[in-house]
Amino acid sequence: MSTSAFVLRRLLGAIPTLALVVALSFLLTRLAPGGPFDEEQALPPEIRANLEAAYGLDQPTYVQFGRYVQGLLRGDFGPSFRFRDFTVGELIADGLPVSLALGAAAILLGLALGIPAGIWAALSRGGAADRLVMALAVAGISVPVFVVAPLLALVFGIWLQWLPVAGWVPGRPSDLVLPVVALALPLIAFVARLMRGSLLEVMRAPWIRAARARGLRERTVIMRHALPAALLPVVSYAGPAAAAVLAGSLVVETLFGLPGMGRHLVQGALNRDYTLVMGMVIVYAALVIVLNLIADIAYARLDPCIRREGRS
Amino acid sequence: MSSSLWDAARAALVRDRLAMACAAMLALLLVAAVIGPQLLDYREDEIDWAHMAVPPFEVPGHWFGTDRLGRDLFVRTLHGLRVSLAIALAATMVSLVIGVAWGAIAGFRRGRTDALMMRFVDVLYSLPQVFFVIILTVVFGRGPLTILVAIGAFGWLTMARIVRGQALVLREREFIEAAIVGGAGPARIVARHIVPNLLGPVIVFSTLTLPQVILVESFLSFLGIGIQEPLASLGNLIADGAAEMETAPWMLAVPAACLMLVVFCFNFLGDSLRDALDPRDR
Repeated sequence: MSTSAFVLRRLLGAIPTLALVVALSFLLTRLAPGGPFDEEQALPPEIRANLEAAYGLDQPTYVQFGRYVQGLLRGDFGPSFRFRDFTVGELIADGLPVSLALGAAAILLGLALGIPAGIWAALSRGGAADRLVMALAVAGISVPVFVVAPLLALVFGIWLQWLPVAGWVPGRPSDLVLPVVALALPLIAFVARLMRGSLLEVMRAPWIRAARARGLRERTVIMRHALPAALLPVVSYAGPAAAAVLAGSLVVETLFGLPGMGRHLVQGALNRDYTLVMGMVIVYAALVIVLNLIADIAYARLDPCIRREGRS
Repeated sequence: MSSSLWDAARAALVRDRLAMACAAMLALLLVAAVIGPQLLDYREDEIDWAHMAVPPFEVPGHWFGTDRLGRDLFVRTLHGLRVSLAIALAATMVSLVIGVAWGAIAGFRRGRTDALMMRFVDVLYSLPQVFFVIILTVVFGRGPLTILVAIGAFGWLTMARIVRGQALVLREREFIEAAIVGGAGPARIVARHIVPNLLGPVIVFSTLTLPQVILVESFLSFLGIGIQEPLASLGNLIADGAAEMETAPWMLAVPAACLMLVVFCFNFLGDSLRDALDPRDR
């Protein structure tokens, strides 16, 4: 069972990264000048001391870190210093499903449109379809999410009035259309470019000529022989793509008023709510690490070189 | 790297009309960002009480209209462009200096030093960078300097990898051997023999880093955790525009068009430079 050994090794490799994320974000927030209660005016010293004792801030840093890690292992991210009525864990539980739905839909849309567009462009190399797809792809890559999203809202939400511009009613999917499209557009562009380049390269390989020489139909050559190999760069791009989509979701959630994690993170950053920012960053980092892991496993299943290496 | 390679690269680049157009456009934008605001009739924070939120080309002097406070959008966009370009250039310089030094030393030293140095790069690479940049802005306050340091802190990683790969190859060449025989110490070899020969890939990658930095800075400024008012950056101008797009769409269109133009030109120029400087393609 080579694949499971590979998966296990990658899984164990992800743990130090996550530990580093936790340690770094904790230490960085402790570097911050001033404490979380500095902004409140005229806080009597006794009350301040009580507050700090209640949050454990009077303890040495390593004790605080130990407590924080213990809490994390139990799924407790600590209290939010600004949203006093909520713990960070509650805010994460509140926003995670929305962010996940948004991100998953964007990645699926990006792959579902980007891969066929790239194949189409590669198969009509130099032709009109190729030039059209590549021109759109260059445009899509040069235009960041924070420009695409307001433009989509302006055209389809305000001028044409086809779709809602902001807000979130559970169970109303039309609210998600513009945010998902805004997140997916740069991804479609990037995947299409990657797919085209990689398919063109694979089609030059000797074993493709061999497959044609065996008299296989062109369709079979492409679908059965060229595509699995050409998909590899796209699969290995899935990790960075996930990171980009998560970063973009900060913009999209803020702009379209979706109650996801990204909006909480931006609010937390604006309010300098350390525990909230720390907790959110740890969850985002874990998501990126898990998605990288999934991409690696998919890669290992597709790539015969890794399969063989694992078996020997 | 002989001078004939540079001559050939320059010739290839001059033949590439679109790349030259991009270079000219970038030069024009740079000049406009640096001296433009002085030449225009309005200052970036000056309020024209008589002309609030006027569309472009309606009032002479306000070529791209004004925002809701009556500030001239052309001047503000040039100002934002100046801030964005300044941060991008500075952060790219930071990542260039650290990345080239780190990569050149790791590649030249090889062995355990190399393994240790590049392991450090790998570890930083595995972090979700944007989110750590956000933590840094939370910790050190929002402002141009934090953005610069935060972006520079991660920007050098790819540069270090590229330079290390090149340095590993270069150190096996005869002229390095000649320098060692000539009595040059390791510091001198890295500084005088390895680094100058890395210039090609370093220039290409720097050109491609600039638009990335502009995008990250604008992204943070758009979210409100980057450059703050009254200072303008392309990011916070786009955020302002997005808030007013229903009534004043030009407030979104002008800075957004400027940003896309800059990013596109840098990307295209970087790609063309890579083609021109890559001898494998000829």
